[in-house]
Amino acid sequence: MDFITWATSPWGQTVPIHIAWYLIWVMAIAGLLFMIVHALYVGIFAAKKTFAKNDSPAVVASVPERVPRHSFVARAFHWVMALSMFALLITAFLPKVGIKFDWVTYHWIAGLVLTASVLFHIFHASFFLDFWSIWPDKIDLRDARRRLLRSIGKEAPPPDRFAKYPLENKFYHFVILLSGLGVIATGVYMMKRVNTFGILTRNPYLFGDMTWGMMYVLHGLAGVGLIALIMVHVYFGVRPEKLPITKSMIFGYMSRDFYLEEHDPQRWAVEKTSPPKEGYAPSDAD
Amino acid sequence: MAVIRDVMPAFDLLQPSSAADAQKLLQQHGEEAWAMAGGLDSFDWLKDRIKKPKVLVDLSGVDELKGIRSTSDGLEIGAMTTLTEIANHPEIKAKYSVLSNAVELVASPQIRNQGTLGGNVSQDARCWYYRAGWPCYRAGGNICYADTPVGRNREHAIFGADRCVAVHPSDSAPALIVLDAKFVIQTPKGERTLDAEDYFLGPDIDITRLNILQPGDLLTAIRIPSTWAGAKFYFEKVRDRNVWDFPLMNVASAMVLNGGNIDRCRIAVSAVAPKPMRLKAVEDAVNGKPADATTGEMAGKLAVQGAVPLQFNAYKIPLMRNLVKRAIGGVEEATWTS
Repeated sequence: MDFITWATSPWGQTVPIHIAWYLIWVMAIAGLLFMIVHALYVGIFAAKKTFAKNDSPAVVASVPERVPRHSFVARAFHWVMALSMFALLITAFLPKVGIKFDWVTYHWIAGLVLTASVLFHIFHASFFLDFWSIWPDKIDLRDARRRLLRSIGKEAPPPDRFAKYPLENKFYHFVILLSGLGVIATGVYMMKRVNTFGILTRNPYLFGDMTWGMMYVLHGLAGVGLIALIMVHVYFGVRPEKLPITKSMIFGYMSRDFYLEEHDPQRWAVEKTSPPKEGYAPSDAD
Repeated sequence: MAVIRDVMPAFDLLQPSSAADAQKLLQQHGEEAWAMAGGLDSFDWLKDRIKKPKVLVDLSGVDELKGIRSTSDGLEIGAMTTLTEIANHPEIKAKYSVLSNAVELVASPQIRNQGTLGGNVSQDARCWYYRAGWPCYRAGGNICYADTPVGRNREHAIFGADRCVAVHPSDSAPALIVLDAKFVIQTPKGERTLDAEDYFLGPDIDITRLNILQPGDLLTAIRIPSTWAGAKFYFEKVRDRNVWDFPLMNVASAMVLNGGNIDRCRIAVSAVAPKPMRLKAVEDAVNGKPADATTGEMAGKLAVQGAVPLQFNAYKIPLMRNLVKRAIGGVEEATWTS
């Protein structure tokens, strides 16, 4: 079973033309299986989360009732990107599974919206937010090891609470960054092959058949990967223990109680007056 | 992509004797089955070894799919009725001459003796890049070889192209559209009847098919309602070789006149777009106006609005303008302009 569909070019060269479409179902099933396994694990096997806490009364007192987490601009970006991503998945894969409609124009327009929003996000996150807050640091890795040891019954100190983003969130961001940039980079070139009403001049000869084929394959692989990633993202978004995070992406803030329960004020300072621990970077409070 | 002409790949030949059996066989074998009517399109694909079905369902032994029957509201033509029979049928010639004129211009007498109405409306695109087995969009690939700077696209679309620029090659299709024909399809879920213009698909919806037939579907009949019986019809086909060729373009129209004015009208063209194109804007514009050269001139200009020619087919724009002009104003009234 080949995961790439091959063809013979007019010059007798064997070239890839796109991914095998059964991968759509493979990734959808993979996403579904992940959700089932995770739900079973959390519901039956997982121990209650425990964190090391040593907040001083002064720090606790400085935390407001509503902890600002995402600015309006950051939330607007997230939802614009989410809408464009759903539009992209719907227009890309429904026709492939038998629901036929005029999809190409909607697809590349949604792709342009995604591209613009991601470029904006890179700029915004680089210059107006704490760029490093979404990348794993040494404490994340140390705590991940501690959590793993404790989950299998081994002795380990309790992990610290999270900074602004839990480690899983950071890993997810990294993977979706790769797949998102993958579909964008290849998709922009693929727009050279369709009628974009003058936005890009068609040039089917821009690359050779092999390069074009690889581009379609990469676009497809990143695309089907996004099926599972988006399924998992939506799943976590509606899980009860994650709802405060989801709500913060709607309303911009989370409750003081949730913040103190899951987040370390010294790793994610919401008050500029909070003294950062040595080795910890103060996070943005966007 | 070696082309081995005249030596077909092996397949199981199934020869049902009823439409129900034929549909069941098509359903049973799904995408591995190939429904063959007259065989004129099918044998090209098979002998060129470009299409390699595992099962071929030969419909020639299904008598219930053949013949022309009168109904309470017009005619029902079996999908396996030959084009010759339709061209010579007295009632069609008397009341629906646009159809007999159209099928009489299909290919050659020998082909019309073998070719069927169902096959003619369901035939595949004639783009030579596609027919040669190149991995173009229509063949499941990621390029249109005809729509490249040096692609040979003289016969291709000026309307409705969406990645693929092949045109629908049927002569009977525009005639059936102007007659408001209904296509009867047996599907795994039962019988389905739809308007002629809804039978055809453009590449925007499905780039690998020209019609809505899914694996397991069987076109059984085409019903012609009496709505347009006895109307003033026009059919004209332009082709490179008048003895035998696919259309560079064709036009069909049906008009009901009232005191020289157009009371109602339908007009359709083929070989200009990936599916036969009904010109609704033209119909709306000419209704109530006299069927003369002036109206024809206006209709012709309106018809070509929005046309996007390719490298080598800009000639299709004046061709279409003139054909529509003649279809509305008549050959005597309309002068040919470039």
